[in-house]
Amino acid sequence: MKQTVFEIAGNTLLAADAYKLVLTGDTSDVTAPGQFVNIALPGRFLRRPISVCDREGDRLTLLYKTVGRGTAQMAAMKAGETLDVLTGLGSGFSLEESGQTPLLAGGGIGAAPLYWLAKELIARGARPHVVLGFNRAADVFYADEFAALGCAVTVATADGSAGERGFVTDAMAGLSYSYVYACGPEPMLRAVWERAQTDGQFSFEARMGCGFGACVGCTRETTEGPKRVCKDGPVFRKGEILWET
Amino acid sequence: MGDLSVTLCGVELDNPVIPASGTFGYGHEFAQYYDINCLGTFSFKGTTREPRYGNPQPRIAECEGGMLNAVGLQNPGVEKVIAEELPKLKKCFAKPVMANVSGFSAEDYAYTCEKLDKEPQVGWLEVNISCPNVHGGGMSFGTDPEAASAVVRAVKAVTSKPVIVKLTPNVTDIAAMARACEAAGADGISLINTLQAMRIDLKRRKPLLANGTGGLSGPAVFPVALRMVYQVWEAVSVPIVGVGGVSTAEDVIEMMLAGAAAVEVGAANLRDPWVCRDIVRDLPGVMEKYGIENLRDIIGGAHG
Repeated sequence: MKQTVFEIAGNTLLAADAYKLVLTGDTSDVTAPGQFVNIALPGRFLRRPISVCDREGDRLTLLYKTVGRGTAQMAAMKAGETLDVLTGLGSGFSLEESGQTPLLAGGGIGAAPLYWLAKELIARGARPHVVLGFNRAADVFYADEFAALGCAVTVATADGSAGERGFVTDAMAGLSYSYVYACGPEPMLRAVWERAQTDGQFSFEARMGCGFGACVGCTRETTEGPKRVCKDGPVFRKGEILWET
Repeated sequence: MGDLSVTLCGVELDNPVIPASGTFGYGHEFAQYYDINCLGTFSFKGTTREPRYGNPQPRIAECEGGMLNAVGLQNPGVEKVIAEELPKLKKCFAKPVMANVSGFSAEDYAYTCEKLDKEPQVGWLEVNISCPNVHGGGMSFGTDPEAASAVVRAVKAVTSKPVIVKLTPNVTDIAAMARACEAAGADGISLINTLQAMRIDLKRRKPLLANGTGGLSGPAVFPVALRMVYQVWEAVSVPIVGVGGVSTAEDVIEMMLAGAAAVEVGAANLRDPWVCRDIVRDLPGVMEKYGIENLRDIIGGAHG
């Protein structure tokens, strides 16, 4: 973990309520796709945990959705302004088990960390199939960016206004794959977890206090006992996940 | 450079800065980011007789000037704390540490304190009778002078270490609670724990925290904590540990002027993991600015 002041290189609307934030600064502690950063905002007490969408040299790309006053404040920030960021948080995805044809399932803004993951998997010779689930056409983002990496891409929308009608799990039903990586809201993760035909890794969201393992605010129960989403996760393996009934 | 050292219940501290329980783990979580031996001491994660998972999610909410938590005393239980956490703590911290203890009966508190009493590195027992996030324990002892006295007496009977009682602000007369604890044998008083608080999720129209209520901490509570430290200083003669919303060296001095012999820093650690190191670093400059040569001299200095 490092505390770094980043400069905003860009902060642009990507889809409905979804923004792309590009930062420049010391990225040396950002070492694995699936990790997140924790952003301090002026006047807000807690930091905002946001997963890393991409890292290239000294540039970090973060995608975020405006869900409350903090993220709305972020959306109003302009290029040239600076942000106090804790980097290098969380365990990240492990690439070793992916096999040749991994499935990457993203729900809404949860697609963000799958982008860097897809890049890394392709660099290792895998051919990922990316399934992106959104509510409606206006929410869709990054389908072209994933395709440009060389991924097969399937988009599903709940109302059928773009891509296939249905959920991520409907779109993945006919596919065969070697492994599953998933990130998104918990009901989506659970649906993917229940239907996945292979082993996999699942990245969770949580309301965090610190983001680095101190406050145990984000604990969830696992088959191996209580674990912190921020420090022991946010990526958990299929076999260790327990769901609240 | 001014003298930062203070004495807390007969034990010397290099400086009065103490990360508060529940915001600093068992020390090793922070020792990977800085040498925590720069601290006066720290109060480790609240420990109970049995392991506790704590409350369901969500446990964390935010508000203007602070945060709410309803963790609910998640901890691995005293046996595991002694077997697994204290050996790791010893490797990264060479000073006496404050052991924070919670329970659901006077016997619970005594059981856990008796175990921790045998640990050489434990310098003080901080008895938490003020957790607002558990049912049938915690704060229920801290809102009734009789119940608080019973816990203090039970703990004092099993330990020779200084017993500091951590009080809740969720009472009408904080001075009466402090006096009851002192009369029962407490060697010190720490205050305040979090204020019982709530947020409501507008989408679900239900309390945001799964527990319903949580404990408010952060800069928003600092003036409340300061006022209570001030009142308790006038009510008791044992040393006071000031806690609540402290996040700068100036806040530490203000707390000491109100009557604190040492000062705990809580929620600020969660936003800025290096804040306690920086407060220790900043103290000499702030002391110089206000003409303070010796921190011991200013304790209670705001009183008439």
